[in-house]
Order: sequence, then structure tokens, then C-alpha cells
Amino acid sequence: MELIEAILLSVLAASTPLLLAATGELVTERAGVLNLGVEGMMIVGAACGFGGAWLSGSIIVGALCGMLAGILMSLIFALMALGLAVNQVATGLALTIFGIGLSGLIGARFVGEKITPAPHLHVPGLTDIPLVGRILFGQDAFVYLSLVLIVAVWYVLYRTRPGLILRACGDNHISAHALGYPVLRIRTCAVMFGGACAGLAGAYLPLGYTPFFIPGMTAGRGWIALALVVFASWLPGRLVIGAYLFGAVSILQLHAQGAGIGIPSQLMSALPYLATVIVLVLISRARTGGSTAPAALGTVFVPDR
Amino acid sequence: MSDPMPAALHTAAAPLFQAAGLTKRYGTFLANDRIDIDIWPEQIHALLGENGAGKSTLVKTIYGLIQPTEGEMRWRGRPMVLAGPSEARAHGIGMVFQHFSLFDNLTVAENVALGLDGKESFRDISARLEQVSKTYGLPLDPRREVWQLSVGERQRIEIVRALMQNPGFLILDEPTAVLTPQEADQLFTVLNRLKAEGRAILYISHKLEEVKRLCDTATILRGGRKVATCNPKAETAASLARMMVGGEIKQVRAAADRRITVPRLIVNDLCLTPDDPHGVWLEHIGFELRGGEILGIAGVAGNGQDELFAALSGERLSKEPGTIVIDGHAAGHLSITQRRKLGAAFVPEERLGHATAPRMRLSENALLTGHATGNMVRRGFVNTAAMLKTVDRTTETFDVRKAKRDPEAASLSGGNLQKFVVGREILREPVVLVVNQPTWGVDAGAAAVIRQALLDLAASGAAVLVTSQDLDELAEITDRIAVMFHGRLSAPLKTVEASRERLGLLMGGSSIDSTEAPHAARA
Repeated sequence: MELIEAILLSVLAASTPLLLAATGELVTERAGVLNLGVEGMMIVGAACGFGGAWLSGSIIVGALCGMLAGILMSLIFALMALGLAVNQVATGLALTIFGIGLSGLIGARFVGEKITPAPHLHVPGLTDIPLVGRILFGQDAFVYLSLVLIVAVWYVLYRTRPGLILRACGDNHISAHALGYPVLRIRTCAVMFGGACAGLAGAYLPLGYTPFFIPGMTAGRGWIALALVVFASWLPGRLVIGAYLFGAVSILQLHAQGAGIGIPSQLMSALPYLATVIVLVLISRARTGGSTAPAALGTVFVPDR
Repeated sequence: MSDPMPAALHTAAAPLFQAAGLTKRYGTFLANDRIDIDIWPEQIHALLGENGAGKSTLVKTIYGLIQPTEGEMRWRGRPMVLAGPSEARAHGIGMVFQHFSLFDNLTVAENVALGLDGKESFRDISARLEQVSKTYGLPLDPRREVWQLSVGERQRIEIVRALMQNPGFLILDEPTAVLTPQEADQLFTVLNRLKAEGRAILYISHKLEEVKRLCDTATILRGGRKVATCNPKAETAASLARMMVGGEIKQVRAAADRRITVPRLIVNDLCLTPDDPHGVWLEHIGFELRGGEILGIAGVAGNGQDELFAALSGERLSKEPGTIVIDGHAAGHLSITQRRKLGAAFVPEERLGHATAPRMRLSENALLTGHATGNMVRRGFVNTAAMLKTVDRTTETFDVRKAKRDPEAASLSGGNLQKFVVGREILREPVVLVVNQPTWGVDAGAAAVIRQALLDLAASGAAVLVTSQDLDELAEITDRIAVMFHGRLSAPLKTVEASRERLGLLMGGSSIDSTEAPHAARA
């Protein structure tokens, strides 16, 4: 019983940064922009988030610092890929490489420091319910925020006019421009939202997951988030499934390895990737027709004036 | 030249819209040079000109998409400056784009909502959409996604979207380019009704007969300048064309002594299931095409023409070799390259992306279809000199105009690129040429060159299969015409006996096959 609870708790914690970063990238890609710099934005968010929290003693300040850092990083991307119409793949990769270096520089003085991690919710009575209590009512703010955020993103994308306009920009920027929508401004906003989410996802690692900063602590989570968006066919609901599935399998395989199952550890480590890919591919096979990817994804747009 | 109509004939006292000295300059290039135009209510005003004459720039300026370098626009006599299309819409200017400004993965209602500025709720928009589409006889289902719709239905969305803004002035950019004669007639009924309601319409078209029938005034542009304003009903199609081109257009001429020889392309009972779930099933297609002959395939886009092209070119293979016979060889199972080696050549509809790789040079594009035949590849190595020579020969023979010797395909204008892709195949001296939409969106001069080239190729003994939605084109160059509808091909009619009306009925699905009733009805 306690083992199951412990596993579920660590699954939630492992999935949250993936979900946060992927939510931001989903919005960015829905607007037609492919920002491969998620890993870079996350790692800078982690360094700045820890720095902010350590210097101020406040987790909230830390989270805001992480988001701000992510937004600043994404603005570099927006300036290059949208303002100057540079190739988006190259710009995104450069952003990641830059971010990894920058975070090492910013974070160098914080290595070895420790902070008090983000507090967990405690509702007397509810949190004490065995098994489900701590899972549903005993999480930190990041976990709840990530879930609220993806629901909000779904609502805005499919139920509001700004969401419709954003999807339109991702489907056909020439038509959107012809109807008079400011495609580049809308895309810049989407990229900044993606940056904020990635920065927050990065900041969650030293603020909620492990209470210290180490260089390279995102460990490829930004890339996983990117892949999740694609395998989830750019749909918010599937993104939640994908993020939690990945988190769950990566925790389970650790426990399985710990229990001494006679399967090579390399294969076990590959399991989360395999499981996520297989499940999401099976789901998307069910859909027929239409293109799942935003049709204008990754293409350069220069308005004629 | 001034407006030829006496002011008394205008029911309104003043023009609804005026442009005075409208100029748009890109660097040193003048896209529009001091253009004056008056638009009156209750009139359909034609805007004529060849590709590159400045029609698109002018209407984009009027719709607020482009800011003029100089000159003034007036709306109901007052100066008007437009910062963007939403301001144009707020004044009451609506636009139906040539390359539809639609979003494939959104529903009809969402597409319409994107074209409206108001704070109307989505449900109200859907309701009003159904009402407008009913009022004007333009049926639409608001819940369907655009990729599922035919070209005619897509255009209806554009028109309904524009009408829902209740515009006083509606601009239509080549609306009939993709319609059957009957669909075009329905559109004209709608336009005449809009005119009777007191709206002004600016109508861009390449089809001069249509302009003569429909329009009250015509403004003709050439090289960015206005060359004339006239009454199209008082002109002939030839005199209008002369004003557009600034000279005589060469008439295409079939060789007098064409010899019809042996069958070069035979299709036997070809049936093919589409690979994409929304494609068209080809059902029992059969015809025989002899050397020296040009067979036309008419039909509204999306009735299986693309699938037939893929089956003939070898992009889709047929399980039974005998369904397609090229120059005496069963070829249904052969690859594109093997079919080319048998002497076949193929020109698909999409110039950029299908016929050519847009970002590759012309020489590289020549290599892409010519590598198996000719001398461009030697012992596995590419012969650059031979590639360039192919480009030069094509340029010379077909008058391809380009900025440098070997530019990227995407940098050519539509007409010049089309001359290149057709010319590239013709210079390979094929025995069978399959060409899809040879002059789609191409100006009159280039179209004449291409049509003449097809006639000359047939005269030299090749069999030519032309798929086109332009019935005038088919009437001009083909010997026989068959009609494609829902994946079936009618028996070919002799071109001299095929009236527009008869073809139009076949294109609408009547009497291709009396057994095929259930899904044949089309709005």
C-alpha cells in the first residue's frame, strides 16, 4: 500500500515538468512555430528559478524568475525566427545549446546550496485519507497549476475567438494575413507563452522536485516534452495522457530495476520512450482524415506590405 | 480615357468608391502606376489585365492589405486611409480571394467567424451563416471541415463569408476559374441579385466572354497602368484581349495534315482505390488514344483527375499490367522511370511542388524528369553542361523569361514556369504526353504558346492527353473530349459535336452512367 502511494506520488512529480513544458510548446506549435529550444529555456529557467528563490527566500519569486528567464530566452528565438525569418530548426537548436551554457554560468554560484522546497498542500481530513489523500490533496502548487493550465489552454484553443485565431495562424498564415490578422504578433505571443511555461517547468525541478541546483538537471526533459507534443497530435487531452504515461513508466521501471527483474537495465530505461510512442501512435491511428499537425508548422512567414 | 457612360445612366449620384492616382512602388518596380478607378453602386465592374498587370496589387490596396505609395482612395466622396483589411470591412468592402483564404483544418463556421470582426457569438454566426446561404442559394454545412469540401463549395464559403459582412462593395478575384459552366451561371445569378440590391462589384476574370455577358464597365490594366475604361458589352473579346496585351494574340493553329496513327496510349477497365481515405475511386476507366490525336478530359476538379494522372504517370501502380498500355507495352505495373523510358512524359497540375522542386534550380528540375532518357547522366555522374543545355533549349524554344540563366524554379512567374515544365517534357520528344491543367492561372500569351506546343507535338505523331477545367481550351485544341465525374469517365465526344451545355451536364453528373445514381447528386 505505502509502496503504491509512494510510486504514484513520484509519478506526479516526474510528470509535472513534462506537462508544463509540453503545454507551452503545444500552444507555440499550434500557432505554427516550431521552437526546438525547449530544453534550453527549461535549463535557464531552472538556474534562474533556483537563484531567485535562494536569494529571496521565496518559492513564488523563484517561480516568477524562472518564467521571466524562459520568456527572455523565447524572445531571442522570436527575434531570430519571426523577426528576421531565420530557419526555425536551426534557431531552436542554437537556443538550446546557448541555454545549457548560460545556465551553467548563472547557476555556478548556486551549486551545493539548498533551499526549502515548495510546500505541499495540507487539507486536514482530506489529505489524511489513505492512498488517495496525499495524491489528490497533498501536492505542491506546481502540480495543480500544470493541470489548471492545460485545461485553460484547451478551453482557450477550442472555445474562444483568440484561440481560433491562433489555430488559424498555425493552419495557414497566408490566409490569416489576408484576413488582416497580425500573424507575427500572434506568433510572438505564442512563443512567449511557450517560453514562460518552459521556464516554469525548469524552475519546478530545483523548487519542487529536488531542492538544489545541479548543472544540466533538466536531463533531456525538454526534448521529451517536444516529442510528447508531436505524439499527442497537438491535442491537449492526449498531452496529459502522454505526459503522465511517460512519467509513470519511467518511475515504474526504476522500481522494477530496484526489485531486481532480470531484464537489461538499458532496455528498462528505454521503456518510457517505447511505451509513450506506442500508446500515442495507437491512439492517433484511430483518427481519420485531416492533418493532425498544424499545416504551417515551422514555415517562415514574411508578410508583404 | 474617361468613363464612357453618361452620368445620367448611373442611378446613384456619386461613385461609391474612387481611387485617384493610386501608385504602389516596390523599390524601382511600379506595380501600380497612377491608377484612377470609379466604382458605382448597382454596377458590376470588370478589372482586366494579364498576369503581372497589377490587378492583384490594386485590389489588395483597396482591401487594405497593401498601403499605397501615393494616391488617394475615397469612400462615398470622403478620403479613406486603410490600415488593414478589418478597416476595409468596417467601411463595407468585402473580398473573395482567388487562392481561397481558407483554413483547411477548421470548420466552415470557424472559417466564416475568422472573416468577421464583430463580437457575435459562435452560435449566432452559425445561424446567420445558414440563413445567408439559404437566402442566396449557396448551400453549406457549417460543421464540416474545409478539407472535406469540393472547390465549388470552398468558394461558396468565401462568398458567404463576404456577404455576411453585408458589404456595399464586393471584390471577386477570378471566381469562375474553378467552376463548371452551370456553377458559374449560379454565381452570376447571385452577382446580379447583389447588383440589384444596390451593391457595387469589382470582378476580376480572364474569361472575356463572361465579362461581356456580366459586366457593365471594364477597366483594363497593362504593365501596372490603366490603359482603358470601356463598356465590355460594346467590345468584342478580341478587342478586349488586344487592349490587355497591347497587340495581337497569336491564334493557335492546328497543322492541316495531321495523321492519326496507331494507338499510343490504351487504358483498359482501370479501377483503383485511392490511398488517401478522401481520394476518389477510379471506376472502370477506359479509352484509346492514337498518335497524332489530342484527347481532352473535362470535369470539375476533385472528380478523379488527380487519381487518373497518378495512375497514368506511375505514381500509383496498378496490379494488372494490362490496364495501361503505353506504345504497345503493358505498363500498369511499371514505375514512372520505366514508363518514361517507353516514351511517355507527364506534366502534373501543380507547377510548384509537384512538377518542380521549388527551391531547386531549373537545371536540377530538368534532371529530375530527364535523368533516365537523354544525356544528362553519364555512368552515374551528372553532366552539368548537358543540364544547362536543356534549360537553354527550353528557354529558347518556349520563350521562358527569367532573371538569370539558371534560377530557382520558385523565382519564375506562373506562366514562365509552366512554359518550362511543359517545354521540358516536349523537348524529350515523347510519344505519349499526359498533361494536367496545362494553362491554369497562366496569362493569355503564355497559354497560347503552350497550346500551340501541344498541337505541334500531336502533329509530330505523339498522342496527347489533356485534362483541363477550361472548356474553351479543350474546344480549341482537342479532337475528342471525355468528361470525368465521381471517378468515372464518359465516352469521348467529338469536340466539334460537344456543346458547352452537353459537357456541362456531363460535368454535373447526369447521364454518364444511368446505373450510378445514389451518390451522384451534387449541390
